[in-house]
Amino acid sequence: MQNADAIITDSSGEPKVNYLTNGSTIKSWLLTKDHKRIAIMYLVSVSAFFLMGGLYAAAIRLELLTPASDLMESGTYNKAFTQHGVLMIFFFLIPAIPAILGNFLLPIMIGAKDLALPRINLLSLYFYWIGGGLTLYALLQGGVDTGWTFYTPYSTTFSNTFVMAVGLGIFINGFSSILTGLNFIVTVHTMRAPGMTWFRLPLFVWAQYATSLVMILGTPVIAITVLMLAIERAVHIGIFDPAIGGDPILFQHLFWFYSHPAVYIMILPGMGVISELVSNFSRKKIFGYEFIAFSSIAIAVFGFLVWGHHMFVSGQSIYAGLVFSFLTMVVAVPSAIKMFNWTATLYKGSILWNTPLLYAVGFLGLFLIGGLTGLFLGSIGLTVHLTDTYFVVAHFHYVMVGGQVIAYLGGLHYWWPKMTGKMYSEFWGKISAMLVFVGFNLTFFPQFILGYQGMPRRYASYPEELQVLNIFSTAGASVLGVGLMMPVVYLVHSLFFGKPAGDNPWMLPGLEWRTSSPPPTENFETMPVVTWEAYEFGEENGLDTEEARRREAVSTVS
Amino acid sequence: MQTNSWVPLFPDQASSFAWQVDYLYFYLIIVSVAFTIPIVVAVFVFGIKYREKEKFATPEEMHGSILLETTWSIIPFVISMTIFLGGAIVYYNQYRLPDDGMEVYVVGKQWMWKLQHETGQREINELHVPVNRKVKLTMTTEDVLHDFSIPAFRTKADVVPGRYTYLWFEATKPGKYHLYCAEYCGLNHSGMGGYVYVMEQSDFDNWLSGNVSGQTPVEQGRDLFENKLGCASCHAGGPAQRGAKLEGIFNKEVKLVGGNTVIANEAYIRESILNPGGQIVEGFQPIMPTFKGQVTEEQIVSLVAYIKSLSGVQTGTTSAPPAANTNAAQPARASNANSAEQ
Repeated sequence: MQNADAIITDSSGEPKVNYLTNGSTIKSWLLTKDHKRIAIMYLVSVSAFFLMGGLYAAAIRLELLTPASDLMESGTYNKAFTQHGVLMIFFFLIPAIPAILGNFLLPIMIGAKDLALPRINLLSLYFYWIGGGLTLYALLQGGVDTGWTFYTPYSTTFSNTFVMAVGLGIFINGFSSILTGLNFIVTVHTMRAPGMTWFRLPLFVWAQYATSLVMILGTPVIAITVLMLAIERAVHIGIFDPAIGGDPILFQHLFWFYSHPAVYIMILPGMGVISELVSNFSRKKIFGYEFIAFSSIAIAVFGFLVWGHHMFVSGQSIYAGLVFSFLTMVVAVPSAIKMFNWTATLYKGSILWNTPLLYAVGFLGLFLIGGLTGLFLGSIGLTVHLTDTYFVVAHFHYVMVGGQVIAYLGGLHYWWPKMTGKMYSEFWGKISAMLVFVGFNLTFFPQFILGYQGMPRRYASYPEELQVLNIFSTAGASVLGVGLMMPVVYLVHSLFFGKPAGDNPWMLPGLEWRTSSPPPTENFETMPVVTWEAYEFGEENGLDTEEARRREAVSTVS
Repeated sequence: MQTNSWVPLFPDQASSFAWQVDYLYFYLIIVSVAFTIPIVVAVFVFGIKYREKEKFATPEEMHGSILLETTWSIIPFVISMTIFLGGAIVYYNQYRLPDDGMEVYVVGKQWMWKLQHETGQREINELHVPVNRKVKLTMTTEDVLHDFSIPAFRTKADVVPGRYTYLWFEATKPGKYHLYCAEYCGLNHSGMGGYVYVMEQSDFDNWLSGNVSGQTPVEQGRDLFENKLGCASCHAGGPAQRGAKLEGIFNKEVKLVGGNTVIANEAYIRESILNPGGQIVEGFQPIMPTFKGQVTEEQIVSLVAYIKSLSGVQTGTTSAPPAANTNAAQPARASNANSAEQ
């Protein structure tokens, strides 16, 4: 591989300037308009929030090792699960794939020099930092204990914790999301390279597009909701608290009108990544391209119509309950379509079992369980028993972690050589992917059983007969923790000691593989003209596979 | 179904609709397994059979198939509809409140459940019910959201401040079952719970007679209505009454000033006590003062029970001993009520 890299750099005589080496001052980073540098800054910040959220998760699992609340007092435990949720959802899951991978790759994948609105892109990063900073300030001051759902009237009238600061943090962070979504939509509409038609777009781009629609339509609603919560808390205007004339159910409607679509903000980009991985590592055009693309849009649209399934026992009417249950069942269909198409893509492919593909296969299994248990929870008669139990906790972790986080890790490994120009250790990558899969299942599968037993969520202490399953869960969490920490080590190691990756280590047809690694600031030296369909692997599309094989042979010998 | 095994898989099946929920659950497990196995097998068979044999190969291109896409859209849709229908039927059975249930009033507060039987017995964090009798809970809360959850009965319902929510069940198996608060309610959320004791009818009768019964909710409500709050000075019958007539109004349509009508249900009665200017009955002046802040949720529950009794609403009768011990129980009841208020 070193030889391969030498060929590339030598052709111009000296090492090329890429986006990483183009300026090294702090100012050149903080005032950059380069979407790739912004993505890298997101990567560092989002990873820091993920680590913090993970520490809270560790604290929660340790507390639940024993039935009594002995490690933490229940007040501390309440803050731990609240802050775990707030950090993970608003500052990790929502920005992870769009703001890191989307930011870095969306312009490159459509053959653009940058996003359409580069300054707005930088602004969105600053909003993220300000929102995150405020939230961290609140945590250092003493934290918040309302649950990430902020249900009223507890959050407006009864909680004595830092609800306002965290609320403001989430409010400001929302603008980051809105601006990123806006930017992606404008970019996909106006910046595609010549020949890059809508149906030649990689499915990752389609998924980002669908996600962006949800971001700009949904996020304002949570902003308004948080604002109303703040107004009631600060000046006691009765909106949600019945003691002063408000309606607590109204809050739930507003909150879930955003927060259910937010689930799709988290999972749709993950599905986009999986489409890339499955197609590229079986070296075969994805089966049912249009069906996968439109199923993303269908999920985004139907996702706005099912919020009431979070409120089956909240006191809403029987008709509302039945309608929401019905619509929830309908949303299952586009997800099933994607699942079948991914599986069919593998058929008669040339499948390379590397780290990204391991993550993708892990995703298929975990998302399958996450999606199917969604049917359990959409079935209204069953959900009366399951709501607010660990069954729900297990289900949404299967979707969020088993779906989004696994897809994010798969995507990060897949595009890491492009982003950094370095190859990580395949051996450790595979080990970590398998540890994450095993640890994850051991952590969360027992929680389905706990939930059917009726163990309520957000409990610092629980009945003794449920301890065995909780021990399994905590043991699994420690395996999962090790699996998740390993990439930090070997990816950072690869930055300094990794082999040069080459521009196109796997001979893939996407535009991002047709520029150098790491890409230059302007992404392409000459504007690409697209003459091929998405996921076409033949040599006639400019992929010199003969040459690649020869290089591969040389590097194996040397 | 057992709870004593090393790893308990299912909670006790102790209510009349628990088996329906469990069957739905088994059906969904079967559906899940039926979907998971073929996909997992396919992924691994393809993954092994078509693993990379030559570097950077270009396998033959395959185009989508409308037939396949249609098939695997319709099959999941049909199956998901069977799940929807199953859930809807089970839910409908749980949602329809029985007319002949034994009534229990529930008031949640941070962090305890206060319950009162229609015969007057009060309980805290415990509920004693007879087996094979329908029990209807009328619930509200003094502060934040709570949720009354009994996993062995496969039922729960949120308890919401400012309104009444309802829950019913018919226990089928004597025993002691967990009662949880399932909606996060603050500091001691995980301590807000206790047990439901399902007893044979004869044991339940013994329990009732061995327990201080105090006034029934209707009697308490009459006391408040006639003496403590003075409602009677305006609402008691007679041609000169200034307040609306309350006899026979329950669940009837009432004409309001401005031409609207409203059903005089529990929520309406509650609202009229706390916010009397909101919905004035036609032909009356808005002169009633609000009682907000002067009555507790439990007192409102009693008032509502009394006003219902004026309409001859007979809730299911409990085979309680006659109210003979009411007087003897007065001091004990007072101290009970005090401790509950703390």
